[in-house]
Amino acid sequence: MKQMTYLEAGREGLAEMMREDPTVWALGEDLGRGGVFGQYHGLQQEFGKDRIADTPISESCILGSAVGAAMMGTRPVVEMRFADFALCAVDELVNQAAKARYMFGGQARVPMVVREPSGLWRSSAAQHSQSLEAWYAHIPGLVVVMPATPADNKSLLKQAIRCDDPVVYLEHKDLWALQGPVDDDAPDLPLGKARIARAGSQITLLSWSAMFHQAMQAAELLAAQGVSAEVIDLRSLWPWDKATVCESVGRTGHLLIVHEAVRVGGFGAEIAATVSEKLFGQLKSAPARLAAPRIPISYAPTMENEVRISAEQIAAAALKQIGKINA
Amino acid sequence: MTASNFDRTRYSRFYSQMLRIRAFEQAAIKAKEEGLVLGAIHPSIGQEAAAVGVCENLKPDDILLSTHRGHGHTLSKGASPEAMMRELLGKVGGNCGGKGGSMHIADFSVGMLGANGVVGANINIAVGAAHAIKLKGEDKLVVCIFGDGAINRGPFLEGLNWAKIFNLPVLFVCEDNAYSATTHTRDTTAGEGPVARAKALGLEAQSIDGNDVVAVDIATQDYIRRVKMHGPHLLHLKTYRLGGHTSTDAAGYRPTGEADEKWNHDPLVRCRTLLTEAGVAVAELDNLEADASREMAAIYATARDAPFPPAIEAYADVQDIGDPRTEAF
Ligand SMILES: Cc1ncc(C[n+]2csc(CCOP(=O)(O)OP(=O)(O)O)c2C)c(N)n1
Ligand SMILES: [Mg+2]
Repeated sequence: MKQMTYLEAGREGLAEMMREDPTVWALGEDLGRGGVFGQYHGLQQEFGKDRIADTPISESCILGSAVGAAMMGTRPVVEMRFADFALCAVDELVNQAAKARYMFGGQARVPMVVREPSGLWRSSAAQHSQSLEAWYAHIPGLVVVMPATPADNKSLLKQAIRCDDPVVYLEHKDLWALQGPVDDDAPDLPLGKARIARAGSQITLLSWSAMFHQAMQAAELLAAQGVSAEVIDLRSLWPWDKATVCESVGRTGHLLIVHEAVRVGGFGAEIAATVSEKLFGQLKSAPARLAAPRIPISYAPTMENEVRISAEQIAAAALKQIGKINA
Repeated sequence: MTASNFDRTRYSRFYSQMLRIRAFEQAAIKAKEEGLVLGAIHPSIGQEAAAVGVCENLKPDDILLSTHRGHGHTLSKGASPEAMMRELLGKVGGNCGGKGGSMHIADFSVGMLGANGVVGANINIAVGAAHAIKLKGEDKLVVCIFGDGAINRGPFLEGLNWAKIFNLPVLFVCEDNAYSATTHTRDTTAGEGPVARAKALGLEAQSIDGNDVVAVDIATQDYIRRVKMHGPHLLHLKTYRLGGHTSTDAAGYRPTGEADEKWNHDPLVRCRTLLTEAGVAVAELDNLEADASREMAAIYATARDAPFPPAIEAYADVQDIGDPRTEAF
């Protein structure tokens, strides 16, 4: 099986879709030069300037025009550059893209993908580091996807492009260089399906995007202490795979949700509440959340690290939760 | 315009369309007074020449984007007034199945891609629709109508710039009724207004008397030709909102006598005068007026008697993936 990075996998997924379907096109700032991170490198050479369109710095028009172009039968892939800048186009996403089909009584389809590079990397501070996925999960009409691995970034991006709904597709900036196997022959994943990445029996660690990798490391640390943790990569926030999560927590009895976004009002709260409602009698502990404090993200590493969650912290929280703290 | 080259058939049709819009809105205002129209409506009484002069020039597959004050545009683009009235009343058989109401009327079957409840939001959507037309190599154009207030929102700059950069087939129409809700737009708009702003971005633009349906017609024909050859243009149609912002707004903020004076320029009366001067019989014009009233009275009655949609429809047409009919929580 070939190895490629998360970034290359996304690029290959888009290129394959553009070869397969002539109505697919991409628009955003600096795409001709490959996009800010290189996710579009070489695509304008292959597909031309019309289908890999360099746009003005007009986020509201990038997203809003994609709504019009999608309603007219094309499949735009919108590049927002940083998830933070997508906030310049909230009306276009929330009031227009997410609502057009419904408020026009089913006359419209808005098959667009909004790519939003998201999350923390080094010293990018409060306006280039946020994880806002919970906001989007809150909006009826939107599908919300957060791939964690190269294989998923290819497969889920292709499915997002095929989807007739507007999809908010949040790639994590800190994962661009992550290498992993990508199987060209594997069938593309359905949207909304979680993956049990590591089987375990004593606690379920549930996460997505970059934080999933910390959860996997935490499971290693826990194994070294004789604790068997199951790790789930949620992959999609809407729809979210309640069946897989509940089946796992039903077996382990403990759920620890880990996400990079602020804990208050984060998607972990939704999952914890749902699991509590569905599995109350079977739970051995209250579903717990490990997530960022409600502070903006800083520049200096000492302060920036206050919002980072490490594998060690996850492992410690898990031990505490199952009552195996070594004092 | 001399009597000899005045196209009586064409402008009789335009007059008839203006009468239908007026009668539709009068029926809607009555229905609102009776409590049958559930939400707000924004009548375009006094602005019918702008709607008809522009939209009668569109082919069925040309695309139109409109505003919260869009009944006239939509009717003139060919939408069924009965479906529109049903939508206003939230009834089965409305254009949007009762999900949209007046501010979200759309009829994709006639190329009407939606009114919009967000001022200015239709500009970016229109530009994108034109972008798709260009990508697909189709021979049609997009008309985007917005108010004088919308030119102070960001999409006006972003959308016009975009249309010019990508050389897109869009005709922007600023339907200037002098007011943005309860404020005279003069008091909130710097500089010379929409034409100057459009020209600053390299678009051809002109202001015309939006209550003169013939002038609007001629300018629109000219601009449609030019849009197809040279990309985006902007028409500024100067008109006047004879009523309030919504049907229940008494518009007491207007200077005394202003609206009374403006009724002297009612576009329907002006069109009727042109037609009689061109020799069209008064009886013929009276018939058109009676036809329009009769048509709208009938659709009002059917809409009134139609049922509300079943509650379960609230779950339909949200999304395919994560469909609330499977999981709404
Ligand atoms: C973004 C946004 N801001 C405010 C409003 C409330 N609002 C509805 S119509 C209107 C006035 C719009 O004026 P104009 O663009 O001139 O259109 P007109 O109502 O005169 O047709 C306002 C402020 C809105 N719907 N959307
Ligand atoms: Mg106005």
